[in-house]
Amino acid sequence: MSALPTGSGIASVDEARSRARAAAETRQDAAFHWTLFAAAGFVLVILGAAAASMLWGGRQAFETFGWHFIVSDEWDAVGHQFGAFVPIYGTLVSSAIAMIIAIPVSFGIALFLTEIAPTWLRAPIGAAIELLAGIPSIIYGMWGLFSLVPFMAANVLPWVDGNLGQVPGIGPLFRGPPLGIGMLTAGIVLGIMVIPFISSVMRDVFQTVPASLKESAYALGSTTWEVVWKVVLPYTRSAVVGGIFLGLGRALGETMAVTFVLGNAHQLSTSLLMPGNSIAATIANEFTEADSDIYLSSLIALGFLLFVVTFVVLAIARVMLYNLARKEGR
Amino acid sequence: MLRATGFFYRRRRAVDLFAKTLGIAATLFGLFWLAWILLVTLNNGIHALAPAIFTQNTPPPGGEGGLANALFGSLEMSILGVLIGAPLGIAAGTYLAEFAERHHAWRESVRFVNDILLSAPSIVLGLFVYTLAVRSVGHFSGWSGGIALGLIVLPVVVRTTDETLRLVPNIMREAALSLGIPRWKVTMQVLYRAAAPGILTGVLLGLARISGETAPLLFTSLNNQYWASSINAPTASVPVVVFQFAMSPYESWHALAWAGAFIVTVFVLLLSVGARAYLLRNRIEGAG
Repeated sequence: MSALPTGSGIASVDEARSRARAAAETRQDAAFHWTLFAAAGFVLVILGAAAASMLWGGRQAFETFGWHFIVSDEWDAVGHQFGAFVPIYGTLVSSAIAMIIAIPVSFGIALFLTEIAPTWLRAPIGAAIELLAGIPSIIYGMWGLFSLVPFMAANVLPWVDGNLGQVPGIGPLFRGPPLGIGMLTAGIVLGIMVIPFISSVMRDVFQTVPASLKESAYALGSTTWEVVWKVVLPYTRSAVVGGIFLGLGRALGETMAVTFVLGNAHQLSTSLLMPGNSIAATIANEFTEADSDIYLSSLIALGFLLFVVTFVVLAIARVMLYNLARKEGR
Repeated sequence: MLRATGFFYRRRRAVDLFAKTLGIAATLFGLFWLAWILLVTLNNGIHALAPAIFTQNTPPPGGEGGLANALFGSLEMSILGVLIGAPLGIAAGTYLAEFAERHHAWRESVRFVNDILLSAPSIVLGLFVYTLAVRSVGHFSGWSGGIALGLIVLPVVVRTTDETLRLVPNIMREAALSLGIPRWKVTMQVLYRAAAPGILTGVLLGLARISGETAPLLFTSLNNQYWASSINAPTASVPVVVFQFAMSPYESWHALAWAGAFIVTVFVLLLSVGARAYLLRNRIEGAG
């Protein structure tokens, strides 16, 4: 833009001033923009940096043991032999138990909160269930150790051992001394912890089903259950799976609650009643005891494995959840 | 009126009733655990509370004492975590909501990564900060604990800032920009003012989340039996002390662990319930 000739000196001073001001504002805007951009970039970088730093920290373990790090069950701090099969197995099994408990219960809660409960009851009950998610995991751990473990040992596990333990096929899973501490108890605590995450996703996505779809089904004479099973669930399937994976991601990486009730035993046993270990619990228990470089490196390598697994699970969860959001046009 | 009374009709009704009963049972199941956990924590905690908790340091094995150093350490590192996580999170969230409309792929990938950070295991973030800020410096410190907590606050604040700013009606941006106000001023003085309750809620929820966080502190601030001489020294925190004391065989340590658990639980629950109630009362007008 070319400057217009101005009549008086005062006007040109004004103009120069306003131009200087406009230039300053442009600079400030650019600086502001770049600051925000850098912050967003930082968020993006952290995740990659975390993965890279743990891969770097665990490289000694990966180099020394190779594939044996994942498939070997020998965890010998004195002899410097580290195989992570026991913690990996424990993480997978305890999370599986958690999901077996949490998925049906969360579905039931979502069903209750969207279709069964009277409207005035929905908000308070929903808030109460979400409180479960607000309780810090260390509290779950303490409660698990001091209340659930004795209760399981005295009342539940003898029955499990005596009845489920005798069933052919699955019997060996449920046979063992009623210690209270062990894989089954850890799985139950994990299950309770992830219920609020899964049920709140399910409730939220159930509410996105267009009323006209549900009302059409009701008008054809469907029962509530048929509407949920044949209309609501098919409509929200991908997001429901996303919510389940979100809960699974939580269960896999949960540390403190599991550390309290799992027993920290590097021993592989078929029975769910026996103590075991998980990736997160191993790291939490042994990190400060790691007295050699290879020990420390093995623990960081375990962290890397956990990171990779949870990243994959959470990424699947997000993609599944985005699918419904896109259908909604949001 | 036509009445269906056949076998199939009755079976459908029975299945429906059965499903509804299971739904109610599942909800009662969830509430049962909530009640049990809260009752145990509150009951044991109230019996263990004593003035000494707030005035004395953590005792040696089997001794009597309090949690003063741990309470101070937790407070110090939580504040540090919020001071690190909140400004970064607000900046990144603002970028996503306001300045990235022409960079769709880039914006969505930041949102995607942030969503993953939001549910990533905190122990992994702790290990990351360990390799970054403990190993390189050579000792555990309150600083590194604060950084680890900051990384946990960050995604919460990014998410809430992003979502809240997107609720601010466009007409406010247009009105301010049409007066010739530069964008940074519009953001700072108009949008932030409208979105303040939502952003503040995000910060409070982030604070609630780190107040009970244990796993990342195990590798960063470690623990300290005494009053930490500076923020550069290993620092005690309530959750780590609760972990250490609860796993110990000493009765007096167990009592202190329950007291710590009680303080953490009450603080976290009040904070998260309070933050949500505050948001409900101060929602952005015209944006549901």
